[in-house]
Formats: sequence, structure tokens, C-alpha cells
Amino acid sequence: MEVASRKGGGAALFDWVALLVTLGGIALGTFVALRSPDPVMQFHGIVFAAFSLLGALFMLGKAFNSTETMDLKGYSDNVVKAATIATVFWGVVGFLVGDLIAWQLAFPVLNLDLPWTTFGRLRVLHTSGVIFAFGGNALLATSFYIVQRTNRTRIFGRWLPWFVFWGWQLMLVMAASGYILGVTQAREYAEPEWYVDIWITVVWVVYLVVYLGTLMKRKESHIYVANWFYLAFILTIAMLHLGNNLAVPVSFLGTKSYSAFSGVQDAMTQWWYGHNAVGFFLTAAFLGMMYYFVPKRAERPVYSYRLSIVHFWALVFTYIWAGPHHLHYTALPDWAQTLGMTLSVILWMPSWGGMINGLMTLSGAWDKLRTDPVMRFLVVSVAFYGMSTFEGPLMSIRSVNSLSHYTDWTIGHVHSGALGWVGMISFGAIYCLVPWLWKRQGLYSQRLVEWHFWISTLGILLYITAMWVSGIMQGLMWRATDSLGILQYSFVESVEAMHPYYIIRATGGALFVLGSLIMAYNVIRTIRGDEPVDVADQPRIAAAPELRGAQALPAE
Amino acid sequence: MKLHEPFEKYSLVLLVGILVMVAIGGLVEIAPLFWLNSTIEKVQGMRPYSPLELAGREVYQREGCYLCHSQMIRVLKDEVERYGHYSLAAESMYDHPFQWGSKRTGPDLARVGGRYSDAWQTAHIQNPRSVVPESIMPGYPHIVSRKLDFTDAAERMKTLRLVGVPYTDEQIKNAQADLVAQTDPDSAGAAAVAARYPKAQIRKFDGKPGQPITEADALIAYLQMLGTLVDFAKYDESGPNLR
Repeated sequence: MEVASRKGGGAALFDWVALLVTLGGIALGTFVALRSPDPVMQFHGIVFAAFSLLGALFMLGKAFNSTETMDLKGYSDNVVKAATIATVFWGVVGFLVGDLIAWQLAFPVLNLDLPWTTFGRLRVLHTSGVIFAFGGNALLATSFYIVQRTNRTRIFGRWLPWFVFWGWQLMLVMAASGYILGVTQAREYAEPEWYVDIWITVVWVVYLVVYLGTLMKRKESHIYVANWFYLAFILTIAMLHLGNNLAVPVSFLGTKSYSAFSGVQDAMTQWWYGHNAVGFFLTAAFLGMMYYFVPKRAERPVYSYRLSIVHFWALVFTYIWAGPHHLHYTALPDWAQTLGMTLSVILWMPSWGGMINGLMTLSGAWDKLRTDPVMRFLVVSVAFYGMSTFEGPLMSIRSVNSLSHYTDWTIGHVHSGALGWVGMISFGAIYCLVPWLWKRQGLYSQRLVEWHFWISTLGILLYITAMWVSGIMQGLMWRATDSLGILQYSFVESVEAMHPYYIIRATGGALFVLGSLIMAYNVIRTIRGDEPVDVADQPRIAAAPELRGAQALPAE
Repeated sequence: MKLHEPFEKYSLVLLVGILVMVAIGGLVEIAPLFWLNSTIEKVQGMRPYSPLELAGREVYQREGCYLCHSQMIRVLKDEVERYGHYSLAAESMYDHPFQWGSKRTGPDLARVGGRYSDAWQTAHIQNPRSVVPESIMPGYPHIVSRKLDFTDAAERMKTLRLVGVPYTDEQIKNAQADLVAQTDPDSAGAAAVAARYPKAQIRKFDGKPGQPITEADALIAYLQMLGTLVDFAKYDESGPNLR
């Protein structure tokens, strides 16, 4: 309460400003909805006004009246809970759309030939859905949870964490509905149009303020390693987002914009962004997740502090250079290609530094792999991380890339990282967080976690092996020549040859979706507070800190 | 370990440290591309898109064609054999954004212009399997049937001029008229289109003269000009360029 009383006047002012901002949002959204000639812009104006209205009602109803929310003691976990639920929800949606478009490649009739259901529009929904919706929410949940625990302080900024959470969902709704209606910048992984990009910037700056503010008021003398990674992620994504989305809208009431750069400079900027969306959104931040949940779940300290320092700085420095390996043998100047390739190969080392630090943290606790399926998710994810970060540098070598580029091999590589590393470490974190946040004795069912683990592992293996075979075959067919030096296959023959592998891949994807549905069921039952069916089999660490019994280590 | 302490004790030191580390790579790789003149080759024949081609390019982007079709022929023997002369940086210098792509679920389109007839293109957009039975491309009947909205053609070209595409006042003033005239070779404005946009192909691309201009007209006009502008007879491969 001491904090609350000290901040009393400031908090009231803050609430009034927040209310004014939401009223401004209603006005802006309504204006756009009424004045824009563009139907998608009108729709997004309505969505924006509706979100602002809900924000205003929340401020009026809760912020000014509630005594409970004025209590600034303890950790703020409701926003972590909301983001955890959103992670599961968007995960299922993103995986389902991914599997649908995988089946579309095997059976094109599934495109339905409607404007809104073709591969070209749904593929974007899938990639944004899994990266920014599933991954983004997983990072919001874990970063807000971890930054409080490792700094022993409540999260900074009163309602700001909620603004970040709901602002991010609003962004996702506007981006996703825009894709289906054909609104896109046509830049891979940066498809949201200019006005959504501005909104992302606003939300992201507030995210940085919340995160940095919490670090600044910490009660620990040192900033724990997980926070370095999350901070690097937040800062670098801000830089990349701003650099890559420089654009001029045709009209302030229309959706269409043109990128500031063109051709070769635009390509370089886009892959500087694109590869580091992988490097910082899907790697650095998830390493932050690893650095909290692996030692926590294993109840062991991080293997090497020195290694974490060295590989952190090496990783953030080196990743940024890797973009040009997406542009080998293209019109990008050779010097840039060579730089990109060299630094990509060097990147192998800091990547494996992280893997070694994660895996070796289990020293003396390897038996937990057998008894704790949540631990298995966390550890196998790190193994997949090691595998993809070996495969990546390999594929960035020019001569390998001449075969792999433009083929399914790239798709397989991405998915060994996305399903194996990002997916599995997130599942592990979710299985840790749900009983901890909702104060349960354990998960509803550990057996279902076992099922999820094996089903999704099988799915991933089917997926990536099918894509290795089809990708390498594609590359070889495209370059095959007969004894006279004439190309041996027409393009469409290579398309035909992919068919069986597309079916295997889509089957693997279906297994991964099935696994995520099992997880959703397990999470729902745990949240509802249903009696766990196998609590005796679950490790002590599965229970919420308050419920771990007398022999518990000093919590957090 | 002692040396690292400031980064762990002062969050702003950590923040500045990270910013410095992540700024270097991008600056070194991106900035020189804007001032090294030889990044983009000197070629003859490149011009900005005509209003109709530009509208077609926007249909191409809207449908996410770039997710399955590249527009970048690499300097590899088999690619040059299959698709034609390797792509030059100059060929996408007016592309905001670039559409090089990263995946060939379908073939490269950098030089698809003139490869197929308009009738083939129309049938292929309507239902790809009617002309290529093994194709896995979606059908886009709505592109063939939907009327093209080109009310803001001039606004779009003005915006492109802001980001560096050298459209003239005359081109912008005549944007709508030129767009219509490019679909009608017998119209009064057809000659002006050909003068303002050299090598522009002028006809009703969906094969339905006299009917309203459709999105297919625009998309096919765009596809039929892809890779046809640069005059390779006058192109000096020895440079100066950075490849």
C-alpha cells in the first residue's frame, strides 16, 4: 500500500489521461468510419472506435471505482493470464490455417476460388497468426511474468500493460481482417498496411516503457539474463519495424501505401527486417523464455554465466548481418551477399552457445526428461533450436543456397525452428504457467501432456522430412539437364512430383494441430479448477509456488 | 565478469549497448546501396509502369502472388536457360515495393511477358487447370469478372512520385485517360499512351473489346510487360556494376 499512497495523485491524473486517450480513439475511429471512401478502412475505423469505447467503459467502470486494482503490492498477473489464454487461442487458429493451406497445396480445389479463401490471402493469415499472434502473445505473457519475478517488483505503468495486451489484439484483428479482404503491403512478414504499422509502433513504444520501467524499479541488484534477451527483442523489433515499414499512404483515409524504397534497396531492407524477425522475435525473445523456464523447471542454476554473456552479445551483433543470405545470386551486389553469408556462418557459434547453455542446465537432472513431459517439451525445443541453427548457416552458404533457395527446403527449415523450437518452448512455458498463475496443484492431466508431446513430435518429423525430400528434389529437378545440356524437366513436372510430399506434410501439420487442441483442452480444465487426474505423478514444481509444501525452495 | 557489471546494473547502459550492437550490421549492409552508383546498372528502356500496368501490379500484390511466384532470375545456368536473361537491379528500380519473392511454388515471372497469349492468361486466371492440368494454383474468377476501380489512378502516381518514381506532370494529368486508352487501340488516346510509355502494349487484354475494363485487363497488361522493357542488345554486361 505504501506505493499506492505515494502515487495517489499521480495515479488519478494517469487515469484521466487514459480516459481522454480512449475518447480520442473513439473520435478518430468514428471519423475514419464516416469519411473514408474505402470499405476496409471504414470497417477498421469501426473496429478501432469499438475497441476505444470498451477501453473508455473499462476506465470509467473499473479504474475510478475499484479499490482492488488500486493495490499496487504484489505481482500483477491478470494481464499474464489474459495473454496466456490468447496464446493458446491464437496458436490453435494459426496452426489450423497453416494446415488448411498445406492441404490446399496438395488439393487445389480446397482454395474454393473465392477471393477470401485462396492460398495467397490465407498464407499471410497463417504466418502473421503464428508469429505475431501466437508468438507475440506468448512473449507478452512470459515477459510480463518473468520481468516481475526476476526483478522482484510489480510491473510498471498501472494500466499500460493492459493497453499493450489489448492494443496488440486490436492490431491482430485489423491485420488479419485486412489480409482476408486483400489489404497488404506485399512485403513478407511485414504485410500490415501503414495505419496498422503506426498502431504497432504506438503499442510497441508503450511495451518498451512498461518493460524498461519495471527494470528501473527492480529490487534485484543485477538484471537477470532472460531480461537482456527480452530487452534486445523489444528494441531491435522497434528498429526493424520502423526501418522496413517506411511508406507513404496514397490518402490518409485509404488503406493503400507505397514503400519508401524500391528494388534492390527495398529487397535488402526487407530481408534485414525479415531475417531478424526470425532472429529477434522468434529467437532472442524465446531464448529469454528458455533462460527462465528451463532452470526454473529443472530447479538447477543456468549452466554458465560466462557463456550467457558471450553468446548474448555475439548473437545480437551477428544476427543483424544475416539478411543478404536470402538474396544470393540475385541483383543484390556481391559484396553484400558475401558479408551476409560470412556472418550467417559465424552465427552458428552464438546460436549453439545458447543451446549448450540451455541443455547443460540439466546437468544432474537429466532424469526429469523421463518423468516430466513439460521438461521434455522445454529440452526438445532447445534440441530443435540447435538443429535449425546448424541447418540455417549451412543453407546460407552460396553454393548450398543455389539449390535450396526458392524450394520447400526453406519451408522445412523454417518449420523445424517454428514448430520445434518456438512452438515447443512455448508449450512448455504454457504448461508451467497455467497451474502457477491459477494456483493449482498441477495440470489437469500430465498424461495429456505426454500425448501432446509425442503427437506433435511425430507431426514435426513428418513435416520436416517431407520438406527435405521435396525441397531437394525440386532443386535438383530444376537444374537437371540431359546429355545435350538441355533442361530435363518442365516446371510443372516438378509441381506434380511434390504431390505425395505435400500430403505427408499436411498430415504432419494435422498432427501438430491435434496436439495443440489437446493442450487447449488440458489448459481449459486446469483453469476451471477441475481435480487433476494424476497429481501424484506430477513433479513438485508443477504446483503453484504457494502450494508446493514445506520443503519448497524460497519462491521466485 | 567485472567488466560486464555496468550492463547488468544500469538498464540504460544495457539499452544503449544493445542499440549500438544491432545498428552496425544494418548500417554497413544497407546504407552503401543508396550511394554506390554501380548498385543499379545503367540500362536503356526502363520506364515507370503505365497506369493500367500499375493497377495490375496492385491486383498482383493484393492476391499475394509474390508468395508463390518469384520475379528474380538468378545468375545460374539453369535459371537463365529456363526463364531468360538474369534479372538486373535496374529492372525493379521503380518497384515500390520490390516483388522478387522467396519461393517458387509456381515458376518465376520476371520475364513472363509475351510468353503466353492473352487468351491463355485469361483462362489461366479464371481456372488454371483448364490450361495446365497439373497446376495447383487457385482460380481467380473474381479477377476476370470484377470491374477495375481506377478512380484514384492519378493520386497513386503522385504518391509514387513522392517516393522517387519519375512520373511527369503530363503522365499524372492523363492517368485515367491513359488507363482507358491502353485497352482500346482504336481510341484517340492510344498513340499518346504509346508515346508516354514506350513499348506499352495496347489492347483489350481479356479479349472482350467494348466491355468495361476488368481487373484481368490490368493484371494481364502487367504480366505481359514483365521483363520486356530493357533493351539487352544495348546492355553492356561488363559494367560498371557490382556483380
